[in-house]
Amino acid sequence: MSSLAVRKAAPAAGTTPGTAQGPPQGSRIALVPTLTLLLGALYCLLPVAWVAIAATKSGRELFSTFTFLPGTGFTQNIRDLAAYREGIYWKWMGNSALYAGLGALLSTGVSAISGYALAVYRFRGRETIFSILMAGVLMPPVILAIPQYLLLAKADLTDSYASVLLPLVLSPYGVYLARIYAAAAVPGDVVEAGRMDGAGEWRIFTRVALPMMVPGLVTVFLFQFVAVWNNFLLPYIMLSDDEKFPITLGLYTLLEQGSNTPALYTLVITGALLAIVPLIALFLVIQRFWSLDLLSGAVKS
Amino acid sequence: MPITKHSRLVASTIAVVLGATSLVACGSSDDDKSASSSGPATLTFWTWAPGMDKVVDLWNKGPGKQQQITVEVKKQASGDSLITKILTAHKAKKAPDLVQAEYQALPTLVSNDALADIATESKDAKSKFAEGVWQQTTLGTDAVYAIPQDIGPMMFYYRADLFKKYGLAVPTTWEQFAETARALKKKAPDKALTTFSANDSGLFAGLAQQAGAKWWTSSGDKWKVGIDDAATRKVADFWGGLVKEGAIDNQPMYQPAWNKALNTGKEIAWVSAVWAPGTLTTAAPQTKGKWAMAPLPQWSAGENVTGSWGGSSTAVTTDSPHKAAAAKFAAWLNTDPQAVAALAKESGIYPASTSAQTSDAFAQPPAFFSNQSDFYTKASEIAKTTAPSAWGPNVNVAYTSFNDAFGAAAKNKSDFGAALKTMQDATVADLKKQGFGVAQ
Repeated sequence: MSSLAVRKAAPAAGTTPGTAQGPPQGSRIALVPTLTLLLGALYCLLPVAWVAIAATKSGRELFSTFTFLPGTGFTQNIRDLAAYREGIYWKWMGNSALYAGLGALLSTGVSAISGYALAVYRFRGRETIFSILMAGVLMPPVILAIPQYLLLAKADLTDSYASVLLPLVLSPYGVYLARIYAAAAVPGDVVEAGRMDGAGEWRIFTRVALPMMVPGLVTVFLFQFVAVWNNFLLPYIMLSDDEKFPITLGLYTLLEQGSNTPALYTLVITGALLAIVPLIALFLVIQRFWSLDLLSGAVKS
Repeated sequence: MPITKHSRLVASTIAVVLGATSLVACGSSDDDKSASSSGPATLTFWTWAPGMDKVVDLWNKGPGKQQQITVEVKKQASGDSLITKILTAHKAKKAPDLVQAEYQALPTLVSNDALADIATESKDAKSKFAEGVWQQTTLGTDAVYAIPQDIGPMMFYYRADLFKKYGLAVPTTWEQFAETARALKKKAPDKALTTFSANDSGLFAGLAQQAGAKWWTSSGDKWKVGIDDAATRKVADFWGGLVKEGAIDNQPMYQPAWNKALNTGKEIAWVSAVWAPGTLTTAAPQTKGKWAMAPLPQWSAGENVTGSWGGSSTAVTTDSPHKAAAAKFAAWLNTDPQAVAALAKESGIYPASTSAQTSDAFAQPPAFFSNQSDFYTKASEIAKTTAPSAWGPNVNVAYTSFNDAFGAAAKNKSDFGAALKTMQDATVADLKKQGFGVAQ
């Protein structure tokens, strides 16, 4: 863990810990792993590059010019996208931000409380609850979409913002992460000390434990945000009003317009490119804080 | 585009999940909903047609206002996944009042009891449509489950300039079609007349329909699957033979490579339907004004039959508390001259209503075919020759099986007959699995 120490001492220096120390003899052997990683990076980045370049092409150029040759239609594509059905794209973007932002925030809150309770309190059935949660982690959310739809239909909540937000509030993976993190980052002694000083359980949680858990909760928030942003099936089943669609669904309607109408490829591609911008921005803003503190949290206990 | 990977993925995901939940959700249903009521009604309408909101505005401001029937459009993505979404909503008794549905999806919806019989409300509408079109909405019964909206009669599209350059005549029979393909290969080995694509089953279904195939027929309470019948086998062997000898291409449609082949004149013809101009506009923008349309080649000289590829209808669901009002709107949308003209303009559909096909909205050819002034006159004549179609309750399964089996056969240039057998077997097996009686 010395590399961590180096990084902590000079976080802004931009040195790569791996090369700063250690014997240099590894450099020749590292050729194969480096190549493998490069291949992996290519595999991940090529599609992104494709989207970015295809978004600059006009409808005329899209299928007729060389794949990685930038086109001339980028501004026109954005203008067309903004003009499509009186700018409904921005509405979808706003909906996605709402579902992902509010949904992730709510589920982080629930995860924090439940994770903390599972980590700190000892009570009958604790391990059973945790085991059920673990089973929940293994269950793909896709399986649950239709039962959730049928349930919410009973409560007359389908086709509303709540129908997409409610099923997201409880995230087994979030609770699991929060518990693991709380167990590692909130020492029992600190909680004990709080009790000695006469603080109530709620006060201990909000004033003492929560600040210690923040880095872990940021992780939960980010995971949830990305998961909701990319979610397709749940909103697909729940929503019928396209004014409430998130971006994934909206772009899908542009692709599937029926057999007599060609798909709006240029709009979909430009829309997909713009849709990843908020995600990238979010990661750039929180990334440093996120990765560093996840490591330090794991080291502490 | 008709059926893509996306919609298949979504549809199959939902289908799997639905299957799982039906175990949980069975046994609780109370069908008694208040009977159709008159008076003010607000109807929801799931549709994928672009610009439908503008057409519905005409209703809401005109006849709808007088009759106090307001329609709200909720735009959806088209395809198999929409059918599954409707059935999911129907399970919770929350399906919208009105849905747009492709003809081949109607038996699926009807067999799930999702569509209401609107025979009494649609008596006047019947005369506005060609026999073969109307028959698709009755499923051969006395009931009427939908009002036809748009149709896709099939036609032969070719590059007029290149046909002239290579001295090719427009084929009127499939025999000549094969000769034309071979002649072109001889004159310009790097070009191909067209491609056999296995990624859109609607095309193959339409070709089989033209040859007289009846893929699903029902007798009593049993279904008979005739996918592997003589007519379809003739079609499969014909195209399989052309692919095998290399007379035509075997790359799938709607892919960048296909677009490029059309755009650069590497492929010089396309067997398609009336909506082809729209597709060509985006796929091959540089060939504007160079195409022409002719009737589909026939199986024997002197015949005059075509198949259909695409097209959809407006149906009323059993969940709607205002079935009569909904049926009224569905009839207006697809028969009122003003409504159909708006549909043609805003949604770019080719109407099922016969009088609309020759209305002012279709006086001019599509912009991409500005060189063929009688495009729509010809189209309406071809539409009249559409062969009757026969859809069953698991078209999606047959189509998926087609994509897989024929996709592989076209790619490997192997036997299309075997692929057809696979398709037949998969369809029969699925019907049995779903609990339908199957006649051999």
